[in-house]
Parts: sequence; C-alpha cells; structure tokens
Amino acid sequence: MKLSTARRHIIEGSRNIIRNSWMTVASVGAVTTTLILVGIFLALILNLNQVAENIEQDVQMSVYVELGAGEEEVEELESNLNELSNVRSIEYSSKEEELNKLIEDMGESGDEWGMMFEDSNPLNDVFIIKASDANYYKSLSNQVKEMDYVDDVDYSQATVERLLTFNKYARYIGLGFITALLFTAIFLISNTIRMTIIARQNEIGIMKLVGAKNSFIRWPFFIEGMLMGVIGSIIPIALVLAGYYYLYDNVDGRNLLPFVELLPFNPFAWQLSLLLLGLGVFIGIWGSVMSVRKFLKV
Amino acid sequence: MTSMIKMKKVFKVYKNGVTALNGVDVNIEQGDFVYVVGPSGAGKTSFVKMMYREEVPSKGEVYINGVELGTLKKKDVPFLRRDIGVIFQDFKLLQRKSVYENVAFALEVIEENPKKIRRRVMNVLDQVGLKHKARFIPAQLSGGEQQRVAIARAIVNNPKVVIADEPTGNLDPETSWGIMRTFEDINSSGTTVIMATHSKDIVDKMKKRVIAMENGQIVRDEQQGEYGYEA
Ligand SMILES: Nc1ncnc2c1ncn2[C@@H]1O[C@H](COP(=O)(O)OP(=O)(O)OP(=O)(O)O)[C@@H](O)[C@H]1O
Ligand SMILES: [Mg+2]
Repeated sequence: MKLSTARRHIIEGSRNIIRNSWMTVASVGAVTTTLILVGIFLALILNLNQVAENIEQDVQMSVYVELGAGEEEVEELESNLNELSNVRSIEYSSKEEELNKLIEDMGESGDEWGMMFEDSNPLNDVFIIKASDANYYKSLSNQVKEMDYVDDVDYSQATVERLLTFNKYARYIGLGFITALLFTAIFLISNTIRMTIIARQNEIGIMKLVGAKNSFIRWPFFIEGMLMGVIGSIIPIALVLAGYYYLYDNVDGRNLLPFVELLPFNPFAWQLSLLLLGLGVFIGIWGSVMSVRKFLKV
Repeated sequence: MTSMIKMKKVFKVYKNGVTALNGVDVNIEQGDFVYVVGPSGAGKTSFVKMMYREEVPSKGEVYINGVELGTLKKKDVPFLRRDIGVIFQDFKLLQRKSVYENVAFALEVIEENPKKIRRRVMNVLDQVGLKHKARFIPAQLSGGEQQRVAIARAIVNNPKVVIADEPTGNLDPETSWGIMRTFEDINSSGTTVIMATHSKDIVDKMKKRVIAMENGQIVRDEQQGEYGYEA
C-alpha cells in the first residue's frame, strides 16, 4: 500500500470515529470494561497458578513408621513403598535425623530439648515421598495408609487441594465472564461500524463506480475498529501497570504471606499490558470485519 | 479498427420483471462517437450500465476491449471502471464535498499520486469552465454546473471510454455546445464517447453515429445519423 493511501485510510478512519461520537464512546467503554476485567482476572489467575506451583514444589507426604517397628519391618515397608506408581522420590529419615532437624529448627532452645530427648526419642522414623504431581497425593495417601507398619500419613492436603479447586473455578468463571464481555464489545463495535457504513453508503457507491478497489473501501472501517480497540485499551493498561505496581509493592515486598510470591512486575505487568493492547486491537478488527462482511457489499 | 464495446444478444430483466433490454447486438469501435437516442424508458440507461458492469445481463455477452465481463473476476471490476468515465443521469456528486474535492475524489480512490492530483483537477475544471467555483459545494451550483462537475470527474482520469447519460439535459443551448466541444476534444484525442440524449439539435448538427432504441431493442444504427424523433 502506498504511503499516501495509508495516510488517507487513517484520516478517514479517525474521522469516522469522531463523526459517530456517541456510538464510539459506547464501544470504547465496552472495550475498556472488558479489558479491565480481563486484566484483573489474568493477574489473579496467573498469580494463583504461580502460588499453587510454589506450594506444589514444597508439598511432600510424610509416612510415619510405627514406633515399635524394627529394621526388617522398615525395609519391608520401604520395598512396598517403592512399588507405588506416580512417585517422584522417596527419602528415608530415621528418628535420630528427625530429632536433629527439630533441634535445628528450634534454634536457641533446641539444645535443651535435645538433652531431654536424647535417651527417649519420641519421634517416628519417616519416609518422605514426593509425588510426580500434586493431584496424586490423595490416592497415594490412601494406599499407604493400608500398608503394614504405617502409623500415620500426613501431607499438606487442605491447602493444595483448596487452592487447586479455587484456581480451577476461578479460571472457568473468569473465562466465562471474559468471553461474554468480549462478545458484547465486539458486537458494539460492529454496530458502530455499521452506522458508519450506512451513513456513508452514498459515498461508498460512488467510490465503487469510479473504480476504487474493495480493499481501499474497506480499510478505513478496519482502522476505525482498530482505533476503538486501541483507545479502549488505554485505561485498562494504565490500571494494570499502576495497580500491579501498588500490589506488588505492598504484598510481595512485605512478605505478609510467606508462600505468596507474586510474579515480578517486570516483565509480568508489561506482558499483561501488551496482551491487553493486542486483545483491544483484536476486538476492534473482529468487530469491523463482522460489519464490513455483512453490510458492505462490494 | 479494434472493437471497444461489443454486445451479443444481451437481455436484461430487472427483479421486478421489467424487460429493459430485449436482445441487443452492437459493436462500438475504439475512437467512435455514438449517440444513443430513443423515448424515455426505451432502455438507454440500462444499455450503458452493462458497459461498466453496474448491471449484469440476464442473458448474453458484453465485451469491453475484448474481455467478456461475465468472466471478469470481482476484484478486477474496479480496474474495468477506471477505463470508463461515466457521467450519471443523476450526477452522483458528494453533497458535502466541494467541487474540487468531488473531482479529486475520483483520483484519490484509485490511489493516484497526490502530486499529480491537484494539477490534473485544476486542468479539467478549467476545461469545463468551473475553475472559479472550485470551492463551492454542489448545493451552491446550478443544475448545469453540477453536470459539468460530473463531466470533470468522469474525464479527470483520461479514461478510454466516456459514457454520458443525458449530459445536456439541463443545460441552456450555449453551455450545451460548450460541453459538446469538450466531448469532441476528448474524442479527437482517441477516447470513445457514448452519449445518451434527448437533444435533437445536437444530434442533428453533429452528424455522428446514432443508435436508436425502443422497448429494449436497437431499432436503428446509422453512421452520420439523425435524431429521428420530434423534439
Ligand atoms: N433498477 C431498475 N429496476 C427495475 N426496473 C428498472 C430499473 N432501471 C430501469 N428500469 C426499467 O427499465 C426500463 C428501461 O429504463 P432505462 O432507465 O434504461 O430507460 P431510459 O431509456 O434510460 O429512459 P430515460 O430516457 O427516461 O432516461 C424502464 O421501464 C424502467 O422502468
Ligand atoms: Mg436514462
């Protein structure tokens, strides 16, 4: 396309936007609303994913061996555990090692405790199992509980499961919402473009008769849609950048919740902004394509 | 001589059932000057609309410069139209644009070099005697002046064929002759001119080829013909 032609299309497209001011405001508003919600949902979902992933990394299952079990029994249990599937690793930690760990964790007061329990260690021998995926802990735990010489099985079940479920539903609800909003925005844009096409039917007819190419006639409408998408993404991007900056500063910096580690502002907030801009352009172009296809008979 | 426009057994039945063309055969050579005459409703406008594909025949074939329009791809229609300048019976001017803009429009939409547009537009406006009204909008012009804007727009692109549907209908005799001289000029430079008209004076004086239509058929086709109806 020639530069002068491109310039003309952009001018025409912008003029249409101004000419249809009220319709434009409605369409841009719809894009803005949609993108703000998309931004919030994506920030939420992606961060939840991150948190869940972090926790998943740390999740492990402790299998406490019965207190009275001797060396042979422990070995038998170990070989049984080795036959489980969906297991990434099994580690054995004797009650002495467990005690040492505990003492270390306690720091200052640890030594006193150590003295106290030196002769009568109340702890169990432990197998520490990591599953190949967090989803397997439940079934693994059920299987292991049935085995001989197992006193108890423990894993941070509640947190992980709740987080995974929440994340799953948040994702579904978010996607549902976003899809509905996307279609509303696309519909509003296509309606605005339709008004432009109707208002300019006469001119379009003459353009055709004097030999304008179809693409030449269509381009200003694509530009119009695209511009509405771009304008609609300005406020959401500003909100995402400012909001995430604030959030990151307050939540992550202060380490209020130790396991919550937000995705870093740079690059995450920038990537999200770029995505919103892209989505705005996509909504705009799709809206105009719909109208141009339907109402612009060239 | 090469054939510019050729029709073979062309029929046109509009959606409402009216038969506007009823088996038209014609051959117009490059560089011809042709008057199309006949009573109102005879099919003159329908006849010329076939040439730039505003309407397509219900039956039959139309060739422009050797290309059968039925085989023309949709995306090539704009290029056909760039070779044919049309002065529409209802002018089809853009009411909100100035005279200058209306004419320049025809060059802009075919992506002509912007530097050339200004010079070329001022030249044709001079040719049709409207240079001094370049900034007026159509509503500020007389019917005849509007028609001359339409003429300027049709010829600004130096088309191979100029089709004029009633170009002198609203004009006083003097302006009519001015316009006829414009058409003669572009015809003498090799452009094919086809003109549908009700003007007996002009047709009889110019002594050009005359095609007479009645009820969608060509009833007479003479070189150096006459109008042949009462004025
Ligand atoms: N778009 C259309 N739809 C239906 N009928 C049409 C259409 N255009 C023309 N007609 C009919 O076709 C016939 C021929 O019309 P056309 O406009 O070709 O006549 P014409 O010779 O140009 O007349 P005039 O001298 O008044 O301009 C008329 O009966 C007219 O009513
Ligand atoms: Mg007519």
